[in-house]
Amino acid sequence: MKKALHRRDVVNYLLRQRGDLLVVAGLGAPAWDITAAGDHPLSFPLWGAMGGASMIGLGLAMAQPKRNVLIITGDGEMLMGMSSLAVVGAHQPSNLSIVVLDNEHYGETGMQQTVTGHGVDLSGIAKSAGFAQSVMVRKKTELESLRDEIYKKDKARKGPLFAQVKVDSEKLPIVLPPREGSYLKNRFRIALLGTEIALS
Amino acid sequence: MKQTKKTQATHWSGPVYKLLREHQIKQIAMVPDAGHSNLIQLCEADKDMSVIRLTSEEQGVALLGGAWLGGVKGVLLMQSSGVGNCINMLSLSTSCQFPLIMLVTMRGDYAEFNPSQVPMGHATETVLSAMGVIVKRADTHEDVIEEVSGVLRMSYNTLRPMAVLIGQKVIGAKDFIKLTHTDSK
Repeated sequence: MKKALHRRDVVNYLLRQRGDLLVVAGLGAPAWDITAAGDHPLSFPLWGAMGGASMIGLGLAMAQPKRNVLIITGDGEMLMGMSSLAVVGAHQPSNLSIVVLDNEHYGETGMQQTVTGHGVDLSGIAKSAGFAQSVMVRKKTELESLRDEIYKKDKARKGPLFAQVKVDSEKLPIVLPPREGSYLKNRFRIALLGTEIALS
Repeated sequence: MKQTKKTQATHWSGPVYKLLREHQIKQIAMVPDAGHSNLIQLCEADKDMSVIRLTSEEQGVALLGGAWLGGVKGVLLMQSSGVGNCINMLSLSTSCQFPLIMLVTMRGDYAEFNPSQVPMGHATETVLSAMGVIVKRADTHEDVIEEVSGVLRMSYNTLRPMAVLIGQKVIGAKDFIKLTHTDSK
């Protein structure tokens, strides 16, 4: 077994100089990870809605076709919303990327195993669901090409992108994002749409 | 809204489609019911609208939250049995004060034939209310048009999830006996 990637390193690397990227994070560790990388008005960390991160991404990507949208979530959250891969595959939003930080465990509830540690290949499922690119990432070099793809603009993009990034199941200090849903929503909308539209 | 014709049974779908257009509704998320089929056809033919084919209803709650983050309005179409699938996801709408409009066609409501439709149909309003969704009920075509008109304004002006329950008296109860005799599904 090769040395696994570290989730905070992965997220820091993907969100470094993020430009105008729109980011949604699934509940639990991915929400702490994006906050550890630097809280940002164009980040929408979830505190609940388990299984909904990818669909929030689809709605946002369809609403903002000129902007790149990145979903960062965990294997448990993605597995709960796995059928949304079919919906994304059918609608082909080329500006949407979904990155699953797969530590093969439910980290927030005591590190119980998920099914990805028992042979379930999420990247294979995403490929079958119609994602133009779907990759399993285990190495730093693969992460570099993933970052390149996530930041490609408009016609350089081939279609929706899915990546299952195998990460270490380490327990890390929690870095809390703001907790109030209305605040997170409003600051995101103001940053994206401008105050006048966002609050009209 | 313009005055609709005073014919006795103007089907709700045409006027509701016009309302959706007037309110610049762009994302039509749905797990369909036969009762929605006219409305869905009108939306599918509209280049300004995207019909999003969900595989389960709670996906639509999340989808339309994302749409609103991006400045776009939508509606969610489902039948009453799908409301049960939405329960936990509705916490997203209430905790973030996302507007959300659910147009729910009722089963297990009036003259139902299928026993399995009754429990969820019976619980639909209670479940939605328990999750903080404001529920309006419509039992005639005119009611549907009026309630949708009100909900479109209220949900987006006051930022909260709302549902219009379209009664089985409007949609018509499926007659399985008749269907069996005519040999269709």
